Amino acid sequence: MSEKPVALEEIINRFGPHLNYATGQRLETGTQPDRLVKTHCCFCGQQCGIQLKVRDQEVIGFEPWYDFPFNKGMLCPKGVKRYLQGSHPDRLVTALERDPGSPGGFRECSYESALDRVVKTISRLQAEHGNQAVGMLSGASMTTERTYLAGKFARLGLKTPYIDYNGRLCMVSAGCGNKMAFGIDRAANPWNDILNAEVVWISGANVAECAPITTHYVWQARERGARIIVVDPRVTPIARTCDLFLPIKPGGDVALFSGVLHLMIENDWIDQEFIENHTVGFEKVAEAVKSWTPSRTAQVTGLAEKAIRQAAEWWGEAGTSFLMHARGIEHHSHGVQNVLGAINIVLASGRIGRPGCGYGTITGQANGQGGREHGQKCDQLPGGRDLGNPEHRRHIAEIWGVSADELPQPGVDCYEMFRLIEKGTIRGLISFCFNPKVSLPDSEYVAKMLDKLDFYVAVDFFLSETAHHADVVLPSALQEEDEGTVTQIEGRVIKINKAVDPPGEARQDWKIMQEIARGLGREHGFQFNSPKEIWDELRVASKGGVADYFGITYEKIEKNYGVCWPCYSEEHPGTPRLFEPGSWNSVANGAGPFFFPDGKARFNVAEYTPPKEVPDQEYPYILTTGRVVSQFLSGTQTRRIGPLVDQHPEPWIEVHPRLAEKLGLKNGDLATAQTRRATITLPVKVVKTIRPDTLFIPYHWAGKRSVNRLTIAAQDPISKIPEYKACAANLFVAGKGES
Amino acid sequence: MAVPDNLNFYIDPNRCIGCEACVQACSECDTHKGHSMIHLDFMDRAETVQTVPVVCMHCDSPTCAEVCPADAIKRTADGVVQTALKPRCIACNNCVLACPFGVPKMKSDFKLMMKCDMCYDRTSEGKKPMCASVCPSQALFFGTAEEIERLRPRSRPINQFQFGRQTIQTKVYMMVPRHSQESLLSVTGILESEREESADMLLDNLYEEDQP
Repeated sequence: MSEKPVALEEIINRFGPHLNYATGQRLETGTQPDRLVKTHCCFCGQQCGIQLKVRDQEVIGFEPWYDFPFNKGMLCPKGVKRYLQGSHPDRLVTALERDPGSPGGFRECSYESALDRVVKTISRLQAEHGNQAVGMLSGASMTTERTYLAGKFARLGLKTPYIDYNGRLCMVSAGCGNKMAFGIDRAANPWNDILNAEVVWISGANVAECAPITTHYVWQARERGARIIVVDPRVTPIARTCDLFLPIKPGGDVALFSGVLHLMIENDWIDQEFIENHTVGFEKVAEAVKSWTPSRTAQVTGLAEKAIRQAAEWWGEAGTSFLMHARGIEHHSHGVQNVLGAINIVLASGRIGRPGCGYGTITGQANGQGGREHGQKCDQLPGGRDLGNPEHRRHIAEIWGVSADELPQPGVDCYEMFRLIEKGTIRGLISFCFNPKVSLPDSEYVAKMLDKLDFYVAVDFFLSETAHHADVVLPSALQEEDEGTVTQIEGRVIKINKAVDPPGEARQDWKIMQEIARGLGREHGFQFNSPKEIWDELRVASKGGVADYFGITYEKIEKNYGVCWPCYSEEHPGTPRLFEPGSWNSVANGAGPFFFPDGKARFNVAEYTPPKEVPDQEYPYILTTGRVVSQFLSGTQTRRIGPLVDQHPEPWIEVHPRLAEKLGLKNGDLATAQTRRATITLPVKVVKTIRPDTLFIPYHWAGKRSVNRLTIAAQDPISKIPEYKACAANLFVAGKGES
Repeated sequence: MAVPDNLNFYIDPNRCIGCEACVQACSECDTHKGHSMIHLDFMDRAETVQTVPVVCMHCDSPTCAEVCPADAIKRTADGVVQTALKPRCIACNNCVLACPFGVPKMKSDFKLMMKCDMCYDRTSEGKKPMCASVCPSQALFFGTAEEIERLRPRSRPINQFQFGRQTIQTKVYMMVPRHSQESLLSVTGILESEREESADMLLDNLYEEDQP
């Protein structure tokens, strides 16, 4: 569809974001809840346990859930104020159709008529242009039941190869690296293993702001004598009191890991016995890191040689250790190489699969783990299976009661889908739980492609910035209005419990998918009456795959505060720690602890390549992006919660005083950052806690305040993750010097 | 009801990550919903990300009560200094100006001084205060002396503070490095001392040619 119907101000006036604060019974002293619902936070991958206070079908607050073992009542500000997303004035409670004459550019319509239009338009587009003309975007904040159904709905309901999900922006580099090295994509250890580590290595993870509860685990390890090594271009709150801070140049991570491995080999800080018995490929990697001398590593990483040597010595000589990383090393055009580099120093140390010996990526979204396992990825089938694998296709087709030929072939990543819109291959789009206009890089291109679509259906609970471009909007349910499971940061499958019913005509995503499938006359396989029925099919579908959930029932989850997959039978206790010596898994079948037929882990040569854009005369600085503690991802929810917005009302440009002085900028001045794609004008924060060659801007905001208009759409060739963490930029006093 | 004798409140600024979960959770407390009694201070953001959460220290001889002309501020037998009594408070601001820790807040809408009462509705029933419940880094900790001894081997609690000529003993403890000599924290002394140039953890570890 063409242009957005009305001015942005009009849309915002009608649909927000407006700020919600506690009022009415949420504010009155002495209001007693009707009940407390034990569930989990709706935001990040830690999935803290929380009790929601419910009164008269409204979530009125929270009470800490002290018994839930992961967080024991602890929460970050987002968890504390999450309840304010309910009963929100911006909430979509009816279906909407685009109508330039209506306030905010959309007209309320009956759910049935909207659904009818969706079905008829999809049918027409597919009849005229083929089934692949309709694509689907989905998200990893949804329960595993919904993400499973999303994959099934795209393949059998829409019969399209084109589905992908917002975990593409999040977990995929770690996932690819983990599969290449371990044969399985899951954090290897329960977080309790952090407590017993002598060295905790944190690369590219702003733990305190993005996974705040993990801070307590790191601090507790420190109390017990652990040395904390933090690698980041900024002194984040977790770095402030670390034992060694490596202010790395964005994009240099794989070089650092290679340099460390070089020193480990040189000083015989490696576990020869483990390498020989449990890994393959070490010789090639050892050969490849020969050239990563400390001086070359220092030059490429922007780190002092002494700091690299110190890190290698501490890591090399440790008896136990835990290495964790997050988007800081993963959001690169060589994100998978960075991850492989990290895994190489873990494998060379032999410190994995034992108490206090761990490795893991920190998942970002609520269901960043479960949401990447059961089929909403463009090339994936349930159980972590591959859509391109004939045996896997046959297996899942049989469970779904169709022939394998009916399953489409693998599609493309979500950014490539926008390129297919440009080419005219994809003409219709349906999105669930994804706000690409704010979250994808070079986002003005994304907005243009949304406008190029013949037909766009957005399914969401608020009118996200992406949904501004929709022809039809279907109102969906919040996390607390549905039940199901998610898999958190440690690979623990936990239960989300329903607290209230969705308001008005809003309904759960799984119901909406099924209604569309039925409308299209493709109701076979879409007749579930509850998330539990979907779950029971998912358990069977995952059986025998790497991500085997077969033995996990709702009852077992509730009884055990969650169950870690793989879990092969109802009697199986689940697998909190992967790769334990002598452990059995379905791939190695007793040959060894890793998930390959020979049971051995793989060293992979991790190649260094610079970011797609490196600083030059015209764009002399590195722009990097990230999060703040009080906002979440594209902000569809958190930019509507008043107390969270008050904490960080707007984004800023973080610069070192040396750079600020050179450019004539003082703290609070307005400055313009410019890349080859766009400019942004924001106040500067002049702080000694960032590399002098680097600019940082948090990304949660929309419109002119959205830094993703500036970021680059370069992608990792393997994982297809975008390079949010490094592009070339210029900076100048606002109003002066724009080129 | 009273706060159990064996449960104490500890503040460890070393652990604070500035997330404001405490500030946000405080305003969920049933006795003062919508109003947070916690101050979260950025020490000097240009230099550091160091933050400090400030809750009421619950002084043994509370200055706020001593300067109150209306005798509106009471300290209960369990050592908790309560928020001002509404019928008595005349909103004169004496307590706000006098408190050495800068804790009381004047709520001009209600003409009432309000301050942290250690979540009296929770702690008097043996529950943790809201802030110490949620604090993700456990910079705010509520528990027994044995627990803090076991969980924090790097530090130890003190509860004596010096402000000029005034020595203050508090119910709330501040964690200091275990091997430090001080038994008393001289707050004004620190404020008046010259700040030492400390090592720059960022610039000191940069590759030399990246040094601008």
